[in-house]
Amino acid sequence: MDLGSLLNALILGLSIASIWLIAALGLTIIYGAAGVINMAHGEFIMLGAYSSYMLQYYLGLPYLLCIPASFVIVGAVGLALERGLIRYLYNRPLDTLLATYGVSLVLMQGVRLIFGSDPKYLAAPEIFSSNISLGFASISSFRVVILLVTALCVLGVWLLFYKTRFGVQVRAVMQNKEMAASFGINSSRVYMMTFALGAGLAGVAGSLFGVLAIVLPTMGASYVVQAFLMVVTGGGSLAGTVVASGVTGELQSIFAFFTNDTFARFVIFVLIVVFLRFRPQGLFAQAGARR
Amino acid sequence: MDFTRRRLLTTAAAASAAAIAMPNIMTSDKAYAAPLKKGEPIKVGLLFSLTGALAVPEEDSTLALQYAFEEINKNGGVGGVPVEPVIVDAKSDFGVYSEKTKELILREKVTALFGCYTSASRKAILPTVMQRNHLLYYPTCYEGAECTQNTICTGPLANQHSQDLIPFMVEKFGKKVFFVGSNYVWPKESNKNAKIWLEKAGGELLGEEYIPLGSSEFGPVLNKIRDAKPDFIFSTVVGASDIAFHKQFKQEGFKVDTMPIASLTTGEIETRAMGAEFGAGHFLSAPYFQSLDNPTNQKFVENFLKSKYGKNGVTHYNMEETYLTAYVFKAGFEKAAAAVGFENVTPRAIRDHSGGVRVEDAVSPEGLVWIDENNFNTWLKPKIGQCQADGTFKIVKAAEKHVAPDPYSIYPDAGVCTKDGLKAPDGKVRTNVI
Repeated sequence: MDLGSLLNALILGLSIASIWLIAALGLTIIYGAAGVINMAHGEFIMLGAYSSYMLQYYLGLPYLLCIPASFVIVGAVGLALERGLIRYLYNRPLDTLLATYGVSLVLMQGVRLIFGSDPKYLAAPEIFSSNISLGFASISSFRVVILLVTALCVLGVWLLFYKTRFGVQVRAVMQNKEMAASFGINSSRVYMMTFALGAGLAGVAGSLFGVLAIVLPTMGASYVVQAFLMVVTGGGSLAGTVVASGVTGELQSIFAFFTNDTFARFVIFVLIVVFLRFRPQGLFAQAGARR
Repeated sequence: MDFTRRRLLTTAAAASAAAIAMPNIMTSDKAYAAPLKKGEPIKVGLLFSLTGALAVPEEDSTLALQYAFEEINKNGGVGGVPVEPVIVDAKSDFGVYSEKTKELILREKVTALFGCYTSASRKAILPTVMQRNHLLYYPTCYEGAECTQNTICTGPLANQHSQDLIPFMVEKFGKKVFFVGSNYVWPKESNKNAKIWLEKAGGELLGEEYIPLGSSEFGPVLNKIRDAKPDFIFSTVVGASDIAFHKQFKQEGFKVDTMPIASLTTGEIETRAMGAEFGAGHFLSAPYFQSLDNPTNQKFVENFLKSKYGKNGVTHYNMEETYLTAYVFKAGFEKAAAAVGFENVTPRAIRDHSGGVRVEDAVSPEGLVWIDENNFNTWLKPKIGQCQADGTFKIVKAAEKHVAPDPYSIYPDAGVCTKDGLKAPDGKVRTNVI
């Protein structure tokens, strides 16, 4: 073992953390703000990848523009879903679980009917398929892109939630919906906006994962478990998810460096179970009334 | 006396003169066979996943078989009657595979089953198939180490698959190799075989890593490969992971001309999904490539792609191996019918008469293949192709002679697979070993 390899593993850990974080970000917001356990989150990610594919294949949009466009498209899908279905179920958490699971199946099968079940190809600029090496440290430039987009999204969400009037309203609704409503905050609108925002962020993740890995109707399933883990470990708050992703990403990389990938996953899942045994509310639990 | 009640019931249920006329109706291999009648179509079961994670390869398998049976029916059918495929969806769920197997055998009364892509699903349904003494055509590559009296396989076994690839890569690129595979039985068994060829070729194994099935994170593995500096990578990564692997290989700055990936799985479909720029330069060992230059294949590719089953626009080793099963079935069925008479053909009789049946150059896109008389796998010629910039493969090496399938090549202590079962070194024969 030499220092260079270990340093590489640490850098890679940061990248893995950013991938887990961007997958979990939208889920955190939806769960944190609206209290909805959104089983269709993986399919929102998948829709993001397919929106990018569609825009690129049929309209020839450059990849970097596909990322924000996917945010808008999947955000709109989320908005429609919230208005059409989720808003009737806010007081029935178990039903939202089932309903969103049903939605996930519908989305997956719908995409399969339209695009077929064969994998699609999403092209990224040539410059992203190379790596940056600084001495003994090396990282692929696309992983840097993911890291930057993730950082940007987290920053954006933080600014929105903590520096704007809308953010104050969201946090008020999060703490106590009835109390917030009595102060004239339209909680229904807040839920709608946060759900759309969460869905849109999943869309961004999807357009990134489509280039990193694959575009398939079933691609969401492989990310949604990790995303839920991050949200639960983090306690449903933005800071919690950021820290949880950071720590598990680094641990994953370091364990994989010393042993192997499969074992690293095993260790991480065990650690998370043990952690949740002693701190079931997660890292940074939110104050206020839980629904 | 136990015969009265049972026979009475059977007779009543069948309520046909034919049933009474056949006194051996209750023998085990007869009981679950379709009552074949001249002039009525032969039912066969197509058991693949049309939804779920396995739908990507298995939908293509279904299409290839539908095409094959349509082609066979157009040319006079099997034994003079058409074949009617019964298509079911196994939903990528091993429980559903075994449930649908029962349904196809008991309710649909099919004459043979065509199905499965993963070894896990095959192992899930084999107990049922063997219990009913039925017949499964398994249409793709697998690891071997099975000896049942109810399976016929048309894909390469682990011993055929890497036999040429490893020495070829060692000679061309160097002795040092790194193994990467998905974490399940087929890659591990394939790697055991590959190690034997590697040792013979004088190569050196620098590392062996397995990735969870479906994982798309190859950063840690690629970092290890970067440190190990092998001359080439030997890959048994499958499915969506395989595409992620090739993409990240290039994204992490690896160069295909100095460290190519030699794969047992990355064919035309995978290359198209990852984008040709990520696939170009890498190697694949398979018995079939879309670009094979022979008149049968050219006709196959042209006709298949313009048929309604060719909607995905590509032919692939897995599809071709699946296509072959239909012709192996036709040949085996007709041989059995000639021997025992059309009405008496049972799944087991088809299997027993399939030893040695050939799919000739004029029919088989990959060229002549035949079924081994002992273990009922396929004699074939593995080929090595290199992916080109347009995503097609250029054949760089083809085996000169057919390679024999040997399911127990790396387990000589287990014995030899014969027609009647696995013959252990001490002379004992065990049937239906999985």
